[in-house]
Amino acid sequence: MSLLSIKRLTKSFGGLTAVNNVSFDVEPGQIVGLIGPNGAGKTTVFNLITGIYRPDQGEILFDQQAVSRLPTHRTISLGIARTFQTIRLFQNLSVLENVLSGRHCLMKSGVFSSLLHTPRQRREERAALVKVLQYLEFVGLSDQAEQLAKNLSYGNQRLLEIARALATEPRLLILDEPAGGMNEQETSSLVALITRMRENGITILLIEHDMSLVMRVCENIVVLEYGSKIAEGSPEEIKQNRRVIEAYLGTEDEE
Amino acid sequence: MQKKYNGKINPRNAVYTAVAVVLAMLPAFLNPYWVDVLNSIGIYAILALSLNIIVGHAGLFNLGHAAFYAIGAYTAAIINTRFGVPVLWLLPLCALTAGLFALIVARPIIHLRGDYLCIVTIGVGEIVRIALINNVFGMTGGANGIFGIDRPSVFGYTVRSPYQFFYLIWAFAGLTIFLFHLLEYSRFGRALNYLREDEVAAEGSGINTAHYKLACFVVGAAWAGMVGNIYAAKMTIISPESYSFWESVLMFTIVILGGSGSIPGVLLGAFLIIGLPEIFREFANARMLIFGAAMVVMMIFRTQGILPSRPRSYKLSKLRAGEGSP
Amino acid sequence: MEQFFQQLTNGLAVGAIYALIALGYTMVYGVLKLINFAHGDLFTIGAYLGLTLLTSLALTEHIGPVWGVSVLAVMVMGLVALIGALLDRLAYRPLRESPRLSAVVSALGASIFFQNTVMLIYGARFQVYPQNILPKTAINIFGLYVPLIRILILLASIVMMGALYFFIQKTKVGTAIRAAAIDQGAARLMGIDVNRVILMVFLLGPAMGGVAGLMVGLYYGQINFTMGWVYGLKAFTAAILGGIGNIPGAMVGGILLGVIEAMGAAYLSIAWKDAIAFCVLILILIFRPTGLLGERVAEKV
Repeated sequence: MSLLSIKRLTKSFGGLTAVNNVSFDVEPGQIVGLIGPNGAGKTTVFNLITGIYRPDQGEILFDQQAVSRLPTHRTISLGIARTFQTIRLFQNLSVLENVLSGRHCLMKSGVFSSLLHTPRQRREERAALVKVLQYLEFVGLSDQAEQLAKNLSYGNQRLLEIARALATEPRLLILDEPAGGMNEQETSSLVALITRMRENGITILLIEHDMSLVMRVCENIVVLEYGSKIAEGSPEEIKQNRRVIEAYLGTEDEE
Repeated sequence: MQKKYNGKINPRNAVYTAVAVVLAMLPAFLNPYWVDVLNSIGIYAILALSLNIIVGHAGLFNLGHAAFYAIGAYTAAIINTRFGVPVLWLLPLCALTAGLFALIVARPIIHLRGDYLCIVTIGVGEIVRIALINNVFGMTGGANGIFGIDRPSVFGYTVRSPYQFFYLIWAFAGLTIFLFHLLEYSRFGRALNYLREDEVAAEGSGINTAHYKLACFVVGAAWAGMVGNIYAAKMTIISPESYSFWESVLMFTIVILGGSGSIPGVLLGAFLIIGLPEIFREFANARMLIFGAAMVVMMIFRTQGILPSRPRSYKLSKLRAGEGSP
Repeated sequence: MEQFFQQLTNGLAVGAIYALIALGYTMVYGVLKLINFAHGDLFTIGAYLGLTLLTSLALTEHIGPVWGVSVLAVMVMGLVALIGALLDRLAYRPLRESPRLSAVVSALGASIFFQNTVMLIYGARFQVYPQNILPKTAINIFGLYVPLIRILILLASIVMMGALYFFIQKTKVGTAIRAAAIDQGAARLMGIDVNRVILMVFLLGPAMGGVAGLMVGLYYGQINFTMGWVYGLKAFTAAILGGIGNIPGAMVGGILLGVIEAMGAAYLSIAWKDAIAFCVLILILIFRPTGLLGERVAEKV
């Protein structure tokens, strides 16, 4: 049974059809790459899955449940987490509190227990902090827990976004260009991190422009061009697919 | 909490204690006029702290806070004068009516973007004031307001002189500071900060942003409603002009100049903005002119206010010690 | 019928004044995406400067009422425009790169500053405009008598708005303003000096707002230092009603709001007159935030 199933998804903005009748599945435990030239509609697909946009047509099933009409925070608490292409951290809050935001949907304290710091609220806080430290350790940022997010290097900011997403304990993690702006060394530790996350049972869907990274980590690749799916298959199949080569060479000619 | 055990005195708590002790002794050296000034400062401080939840923590601009203050004051006045219920017993009810009112009016407008929300809250504040002047439901007494509100009594002891009110008001201020400090260090308080920093990222991290926007309005409004109760009991007469747009502006100015999101900042703001004009009487007329100019200058050179909010700190070393077992 | 007609012409005149003020809000919002909270106070300053010039220069006695008031209007426009430009230079320009809400706070601060400056100079009481400036005649229109001043206000507003519209649509500077309103970055790349555009907007808007202040003084005969924020809020409502950022929208919205308010006061309740505009504001923001003539703009994530 697929963890995520996207069925004939269509979304247009004004006259532009950003996503056109796209279908694909993500199986549990897989690492799936979503690639394609700039403006192919990849981020739009992500925004549709996480409920930031509403699809015009089509359906998104996560673990058999339709999620495309849910508000974003609901899809997150169901077990989908994401990072943003343009880093969106809480810049003026500490690294620790950025990750703590991910724990929010797993915590329960409301206004009154927050005002009174009931014993249950204090236990919950402490448990959340312990978890947060583990996620920071996992991505390798534990020595910077008390820094403000804006003071981190670019690569570390991307890692922090991943830690924040992991803190929601997702079953599906959606990474939007995680290697964007990273140097070679940072990229290879990112590859290791992605592999470790998969070993922990997290299914991953990622957009990435770094083809060597995609080919290295993904088992399945979906290719979009002008909002439509033009190919799907293993890295080997995609490398040899004529339409994919044309799509990429075509854009390179234009650039 | 843990800090009791480490044997060291937390400098912030030391400052709070020192200020509280000095404040508590002040009435012994002051005439009733100056005690009353301190009472005004206390009332505005609590109002501004309640507004700070909305403006400072959640970053939502509210220039109609006087409306919630008014709802609380009128609830207390109407029920007390008609049914004779002791004023202070009505505190929870005042919180409830003001909070409920906030819930109803904020719900349809809460999704509006910052500056639009600001304008709409001004509109709401004005509509409430006009409604009060027009004796809405035949209960608010029109432009003259309501008089003959009972003095509050605490444990059978009637609060009457400015000196007695001083302790009532500042005890409530102390409780407010304590509770709001706890609120700041909680899931709720953090959620408001996430909202202020980046709404999309907050929602994308699993936070129900619409819920928290409403919740902070309700909490802030409920608190302002309780202050309304105390104000009504102190004055024994209330009228719509006490809840004009300028009251909202004053509260907003206290928050912004003092330090939005910062409890010490807001307290300092209340002392400066309500207290300074009393000390420099010759400038009293010019006070709003100076504060207006100060707001412009502050935005250019020190956006966060005089005493900016500081990042929360967590006792990590303790947690790390026990980290081995997840 | 008589009452209806009187209220209609009254509403049109007041609406024209709202429209003039609304233009300032809408132009600034168009280019800077900032609600210039201090704009209402520039209107107040216009009213007070008008009063001072009127009594000190006594122009109307020297060159007749119509010429006198016209020259006065031009002077008020020039002075308030200058204050507007100064406002931008001191309170907004340093905040161009700051978060938007900083500029909103700065605008509020500037508003408080202006209002209290006026109060300190002229006092907190109502000030009275001389009553003999314009002849108190009424004009016969289809058998109904309309005070001359209403017609003059309406005509003057139409002429000024027409001139502004022509300026924005047909001149090079106007085109630059429109371009900067659509996309500041692109306008800059096309060689438009955006700072000059902003300066232009802060000259034109306050000029219109200032002259509206003079009109209110002449129409109602008395002015107060706090009137700017009520008029400002109503004019802002008018701008939203027409679609903020949209210049013809501000004109239509202003006239419409003036008529709605006059009719509401006459047929519903005079006591709730001021609440009508605020209700319109809230309803429009809830149900059609883009206004009557505005376009829908999707926010990019």
